[in-house]
Amino acid sequence: MHDNSDLFITGEPIADTKAPDGPIETRWERRRFSAKLVNPANKRKMTVIVVGTGLAGGSAAATLGELGYRVKSYCYQDSPRRAHSIAAQGGINAAKNYRNDGDSVYRLFYDTVKGGDFRARESNVHRLAEVSVNIIDQAVAQGVPFAREYGGLLDTRSFGGTQVSRTFYARGQTGQQLLLGAYQALERQIAAGNVEMNARHEMLELIIVDGRARGIVVRDMVTGEITTEFADAVVLASGGYGNVFFLSTNAKGCNVTASWRAHRKGALFANPCYTQIHPTCIPVSGDHQSKLTLMSESLRNDGRVWVPKKAGDTRAPGDIPEDERDYYLERIYPAFGNLVPRDIASRAAKNVCDEGRGVGPGGLGVYLDFADAIRRLGRAAVEAKYGNLFEMYERITGENPYDVPMRIYPAVHYTMGGLWVDYDLQSTIPGLFVIGEANFSDHGANRLGASALMQGLADGYFVLPNTIGDYLAAGPFEKLDESHPDAAAARAQVEERVSKLLSINGDRTVDSFHRELGRIMWEYCGMERTDAGLRKAIELIRGLRDEFWQRVKVPGRGEELNQNLEKAGRVADFFELAELMCVDALHRTESCGGHFRAESQSADGEAERDDENFSYVAAWEFTGTGERPVLHREDLNFEYVHPTQRSYK
Amino acid sequence: MNLTLRIWRQQGPQDKGRMVSYQVTDVSPDMSFLEMLDVLNERLILEGEEPVAFDHDCREGICGACSMVINGTPHGPQKMTTTCQLHMRTFSDGDTIDIEPWRAKAFPVIKDLVVNRGAFDKIIQAGGYISAPTGSAPEAHATPVPKADADAAFEAAECIGCGACVAACPNGSAMLFTAAKITHLGLMPQGQPERDSRVLDMVAAHDEAGFGGCTNAGECTPACPKGIPLATIGRLNRDFLAASRKRSGETATAG
Repeated sequence: MHDNSDLFITGEPIADTKAPDGPIETRWERRRFSAKLVNPANKRKMTVIVVGTGLAGGSAAATLGELGYRVKSYCYQDSPRRAHSIAAQGGINAAKNYRNDGDSVYRLFYDTVKGGDFRARESNVHRLAEVSVNIIDQAVAQGVPFAREYGGLLDTRSFGGTQVSRTFYARGQTGQQLLLGAYQALERQIAAGNVEMNARHEMLELIIVDGRARGIVVRDMVTGEITTEFADAVVLASGGYGNVFFLSTNAKGCNVTASWRAHRKGALFANPCYTQIHPTCIPVSGDHQSKLTLMSESLRNDGRVWVPKKAGDTRAPGDIPEDERDYYLERIYPAFGNLVPRDIASRAAKNVCDEGRGVGPGGLGVYLDFADAIRRLGRAAVEAKYGNLFEMYERITGENPYDVPMRIYPAVHYTMGGLWVDYDLQSTIPGLFVIGEANFSDHGANRLGASALMQGLADGYFVLPNTIGDYLAAGPFEKLDESHPDAAAARAQVEERVSKLLSINGDRTVDSFHRELGRIMWEYCGMERTDAGLRKAIELIRGLRDEFWQRVKVPGRGEELNQNLEKAGRVADFFELAELMCVDALHRTESCGGHFRAESQSADGEAERDDENFSYVAAWEFTGTGERPVLHREDLNFEYVHPTQRSYK
Repeated sequence: MNLTLRIWRQQGPQDKGRMVSYQVTDVSPDMSFLEMLDVLNERLILEGEEPVAFDHDCREGICGACSMVINGTPHGPQKMTTTCQLHMRTFSDGDTIDIEPWRAKAFPVIKDLVVNRGAFDKIIQAGGYISAPTGSAPEAHATPVPKADADAAFEAAECIGCGACVAACPNGSAMLFTAAKITHLGLMPQGQPERDSRVLDMVAAHDEAGFGGCTNAGECTPACPKGIPLATIGRLNRDFLAASRKRSGETATAG
């Protein structure tokens, strides 16, 4: 291994002390029994802050309210219904085995551990698979309009290459429908007075008192007022950090600030380099591009991916004869063909584009061709299946995919890394819980399709509400107010940072910095990473971060709606995260899941995992901006699913 | 292409507000409408002017955040399309484009093109849910739902809560928004126990929030980026009448 001691310090290992042992299928039940309960009368005396209202945060806030806790919920959007879970298209996995096709809790567990390339905890994943069936029941009871068969029962489909049909869906809007279910449950609790909702509020700091997470500093995004809010426990459900790349499928407002502020105050950040690059997105059309749009993975069920055999072939796709096309996924992976997992499809697209065979503007695209499907099934059948996606494509690109093949290219979609949590979903700061995409726990190095919705709702509806009681049983804790020195100090930090950002008054916009940071990350910490590239990236990021604090121009005042001030704070945190992602990617000299190190591949270009040296979670401790972080390793043990090299050939 | 934009600028709720003209040059037809505004804002910032505030988030037509009236039409000229999905190829070189916020009494302007749509959440709070506390759910297949009902419910449930229906309505009514939720939940067997109270309470919350009454002007559905059918309002009215009779023995009219 390389000596990277110039970049980080190796610290003590870390262990998940809440993880039960014994037979895996009884662990969750035993943890629920061993966890202390909170007396119903006491629940009313306890306040829980929940930051974020997506699938995880929305479902958690609603459920905690139902249990009798006093909940304070925060989101940056103007309504909790707009959290970015709303955009999830494909579906949600559950081990219902309604198809009698051999599915089971154990198989979902097995597929998820394997799909995560053996970098997730078995105990967590098994619990996720167990709870998956309850999620479907819960959502149906709320009136979520899932797709149904003519007999009135729920329809399922196979998704992302799995061999069983376990994905429940609501057309291409499963995330929207599940989120609205959670949102409606949340609104019901707001009306009941159990949840206080604070929309257009952004968490900018964590308040820790006597070693416990006791509150947050928030900015009212309409008035600019900065206040301190207190609770007996704090739950972060603030989503992933894909926007560090600037261009991603995330919403424009998605950010790492809540997680990063907690990290700076002591919460370990786990596996930050695990990024999911989704293979089927609409390519970039120009320098003005502000985000990337995902086209559902289901398109790969019928579309064939190809590029010209010859580099630099600029003919229109229709003019390229069959024998001059390279259906490269079918060629390289004959067993799975166009349905190989996301990480593999993405890297293959990058490789053919690197060879100069990419299509469309800048050569950054590959064709996804439905001509064969239209010939085989008829245009009407293709339209029935994919009509809405084809329309969306045409709206964005101005091209009609019935006549011309779609152009697609990979884009950043999801981040598997996040704040480290134990089996109870508690971070290394007592009283700080982290759920949904914001934590690192269940997907290992690669998330399978239709698993994000499952995890967000599992955490929010079923896991956290059971485990948080074990912590709160020791409460309620001492009453606090804004005059407490730790709260006042946290607030002062926020105020100072806001005024600093406003006072620089330089000559570059926040977006220009964010775009440049994104380009660095995409180039060096994207689909393929190398030692030299990552070292270069760290240097570039540090330089750009310094420049940001000298030259950024944030117009307007702090005491009003100021969207550039919001962005500036988020980008400042992305700079620090970006460096940690590169350090993590640099230290992990193996390839696994979404993390591909060019140095660790087989002769035919496939990822090579290194279980001997890297079968662990990398949990990083913050020591200061630009200072070397401390690495704490949590060893992963596989008692049930034995690590094998994935092969899709 | 080169365009003239006339944009509503309003510093805050107390400010009167006014249309201000801006020239934008070298607009690419592949830009989305919001990307075109991003370009304008980048320039305004460097020129020392305040950028235009507007709500947006997912930029893929599903979160419902974007909300502007373009040339007098909510979300602009393209049917079934949110502003974020509207692309500049819809416009021509030399065009003048008017951009305003949603205008409705129940949606007060916060700044420029940003309005407060909290009233929508209030309507949902009044009954836009099925009471099913976590853990209490029966097995999902215990209650089959006819496919036609499930599909129709889905169609109504597609509402993204953007508020275009309110902006398009001459009365500033949110009846299409309210009816979409009534229809979605009322078509599901799980939604039956609360069907009467839901419609009465949601309509009351709608009126209390300051939305106007529905006079079947029919402007809402054409403006709706998800095409929520006008028939949902008929359904709301039927449910409202039936529930009112049951509750008081008297007749009443919705909204």
